[in-house]
Amino acid sequence: MTAGAPADPRPAAEIGTGTSANSRERILARIRSAVAGAPDAPITRSYRTSPEATDVIGLFAERVADYRAVVHVVDGSEAAATIRAAMARQGAVRLVVPDGLPAEWAPDDPVADDPRLTAAELDAVDGVITGCAVGIAETGTIVLDAGPGQGRRALTLVPDYHLCVVRADQIVAGVPEAVARLDPARPLTWISGPSATSDIELNRVEGVHGPRTLEVVVVR
Amino acid sequence: MSGAGTFLGMPAFPHNAAAAVQDSQLRFNLRKATHTIRGKRAAVVGELPDWAELRRAGKEIKDHTLRHLDRYLLQLEEAVTAAGGHVHWASDAKEANRIVADLVKATGETSVVKVKSMATQEIGLNEALQEEGITAYETDLAELIVQLGDDWPSHILVPAIHRNRAEIREIFQEKMAEWGRAAPEELTDEPRALAEAARLHLRERFLSTKVAVSGANFMIAETGTLVVLESEGNGRMCLTLPETLISVVGVEKLLPTWRDLEVFLQLLPRSSTGERMNPYTSTWTGATEGQEFHLVLLDNGRTDVLADEVGRQALRCIRCSACLNVCPVYERAGGHAYGSVYPGPIGAILTPQLRGTASAIDASLPYASSLCGACFEACPVAIDIPEVLVHLRGKVRHARAERLGMRAAGWIFDRPSRLARVQRLGGRLRRFVPGRLPGPLSAWTDTREIPDIPAESFRDWWNRTDGGAR
Amino acid sequence: MRVALFITCVNDTLFPGTGQAVVTLLRRLGCDVEFPQAQTCCGQMHVNTGYPEEGRRLAGHFVDVFAGYDAVVAPSGSCAAMVREQYPRLARTTPARTAAPAGLLTGGSAPATAERDDSFARRVAETVPKVHDLSEFLVDVLGVTDVGAYFPHRVTYHPTCHSLRGLHLGDRPTRLLREVRGLELVPLPGAEECCGFGGTFAVKNPAVSAAMCADKVHNVASTGAEVLCAADNSCLMHIGGTLRRQRTGVRIMHLAEILASTEAAR
Repeated sequence: MTAGAPADPRPAAEIGTGTSANSRERILARIRSAVAGAPDAPITRSYRTSPEATDVIGLFAERVADYRAVVHVVDGSEAAATIRAAMARQGAVRLVVPDGLPAEWAPDDPVADDPRLTAAELDAVDGVITGCAVGIAETGTIVLDAGPGQGRRALTLVPDYHLCVVRADQIVAGVPEAVARLDPARPLTWISGPSATSDIELNRVEGVHGPRTLEVVVVR
Repeated sequence: MSGAGTFLGMPAFPHNAAAAVQDSQLRFNLRKATHTIRGKRAAVVGELPDWAELRRAGKEIKDHTLRHLDRYLLQLEEAVTAAGGHVHWASDAKEANRIVADLVKATGETSVVKVKSMATQEIGLNEALQEEGITAYETDLAELIVQLGDDWPSHILVPAIHRNRAEIREIFQEKMAEWGRAAPEELTDEPRALAEAARLHLRERFLSTKVAVSGANFMIAETGTLVVLESEGNGRMCLTLPETLISVVGVEKLLPTWRDLEVFLQLLPRSSTGERMNPYTSTWTGATEGQEFHLVLLDNGRTDVLADEVGRQALRCIRCSACLNVCPVYERAGGHAYGSVYPGPIGAILTPQLRGTASAIDASLPYASSLCGACFEACPVAIDIPEVLVHLRGKVRHARAERLGMRAAGWIFDRPSRLARVQRLGGRLRRFVPGRLPGPLSAWTDTREIPDIPAESFRDWWNRTDGGAR
Repeated sequence: MRVALFITCVNDTLFPGTGQAVVTLLRRLGCDVEFPQAQTCCGQMHVNTGYPEEGRRLAGHFVDVFAGYDAVVAPSGSCAAMVREQYPRLARTTPARTAAPAGLLTGGSAPATAERDDSFARRVAETVPKVHDLSEFLVDVLGVTDVGAYFPHRVTYHPTCHSLRGLHLGDRPTRLLREVRGLELVPLPGAEECCGFGGTFAVKNPAVSAAMCADKVHNVASTGAEVLCAADNSCLMHIGGTLRRQRTGVRIMHLAEILASTEAAR
């Protein structure tokens, strides 16, 4: 393989196909010789695949709040008012609204991602409002799958405020049920509280690169 | 910086550890951090009634994958390729670095942003890129601290665990300006303020850099999906904003099916940061949202580890670092003493297997443990680290004096009569044993008294008194 | 019940009082205690320091010596754990061409290798389940927690790593201590943390070993106990050596010695 000038003329897909092709066979051969004769290794799945939970919504709200996210649990009729009040408290006027977000949740002056907002433009808005694909009660996790009302991954990353609306029927008790509901072909973002770090003396501090404020509205 | 080569030629572990033990600031920082995380881990592990079953499944899924690694790697390659990604195979560090450098050059860029990755540290990617005129910017807060401080990582999960908040503030104030946006004038040592400084320093970099390099926590053979767990959002920035993403991943990071994540997304966060779930997990399959995607599969000694029937269990490791946080030796010696990007108990079994035991540091690592077993107990994939340590001790070359001593001891223990004679000799000479012993045994008497040697051994007492009857 | 005392080489040589206490205690509880004279060492030091062949030879000797007893009792969690955890492993990994432990007692010529290997594995499988740490034997096999002891002192208990994480003794030792009349048991902070002994670790990594022990000694002193008790004299030798060097005034005692104490003995 040649080292190449700053711009390698070959298509990127071909890089590494020289020695790499040999390495592929070499690695596979080494693996086969290393495990030759080893017994098969069966897998026992005796863990809980659908944890019992009496109050899944309550547990979800409690666990999300544990990450120091702001959580509201409201009836469907109160959702729009809760969203507006949250925005007012946050001082957020210009929110990005992805395609497919139910109209009653959208703010009065939505910022659309069409044409695609640049990263700099995303950095300049007040926040983003989305729905989600799945909520996990035991871990207080929200999963976005870039589906309707969620948009591409950068939308919930660059802005500093993320307001997320979760429907009660999207909440499952534990991780196994969530994995079963999700489609691996879609890009997924699992969110558990606001951006945080444990890098300073191993204590959790909220707010590094992702949204520093995560506000969750659970609609019963 | 933290290149793989940097550590070679280091003195053996006992020497490094002895220096670390004298550093009271380091010991204070390590103690505070490891005890904090221990408590958090115990609490969230205790919450799950099926932890033992998850642990068993985690172990078995990994063992199963390793048993059929060839088949699953081929399946992964097919799935990633079908989803528009490109797969490259690298036998060793040099080849992996070459592939990444060429991929970056093909884009015409001269800088990359990086998500924290053990694999790229292991192969010394940053240094290799530097030699090609490409600057790699670390974006994880702790890696940033290490990079700015021209330091080495000392922990798998929290590479700057050896630094406290006051030291981090100093590093930011002195070094940030050299690498980009300077630290704010009035920076305090409040963790929140330090995190904010990192946010501001890195934001413009994220918004402008076109190539990113990452590792991955898991790869799913069935679907071709890669998975990255992180906390700060720097990972999401690197994975989503740049036009080209290059992921360098050890071949052992594979899981057979999508479903297997239900086990590991419970085991890993609780074992690593002691949280029910880490703030952000990203999964992507092939080229996503218009991005160009390259996967570099890395061997670099892993197939050698796989060939060792006892040692191969180290390849189950999911890099949670629970073993470091509970290890009494790590707590006193710190991560640098292990002379590897993989410190602590897992490093003590992984490094000598990946690098061999020719150097003084690598030959000393299997002995960097009192075999207390706390690591095995904490390991979410049940790696019996003490078993592997003992196994590796049997393979390293021993000093001649020790070999002779051990042979002599074995000879004495071969016959009870010999043991009895040695005991009687000791009993007669007991008054002449000095308080401070010479040679290697001075290591004992430097800090401890030797026990009083009895006039009569148990066996002589038994024989003299007929087991106490006379 | 025919009970063999596995004294361990450390106790035999340096702590005969512990062995005498075990004999006193077990006889009081009605056991017929025997001391197989041919015993030497379980091989732990050799195996854990990286000399598996010597260890395997000593293991072969051990299973020869202790075959045929109803129970084998060791006043050492560490040596009991060695036998229980590492012997099956040694048997599994016996190289096919290496002669297995010849009967050292019988001497004689070694039979064919394969035959020998099988016999080592078989003897391990037969004997190992009968090997117990003292507290395990008292609580699980004899079914007693009140052994009729009297010891009017303030005591703290260090559970030792191999008792705790190797044998999973749990609260068996402290259940025994709580039944001792006059004894005040005070909890030891950080009890489950290693004291830093670790066999040859103490001399191969003296700085870390001493630092670990310093913290253990600090915790022991903080309890205000007169006596530090454990089920392993090797750990006690290490902690006790530091306690003495620092002139703390805290005594070390093996669990067996406390359990053997009675009012009559005073």
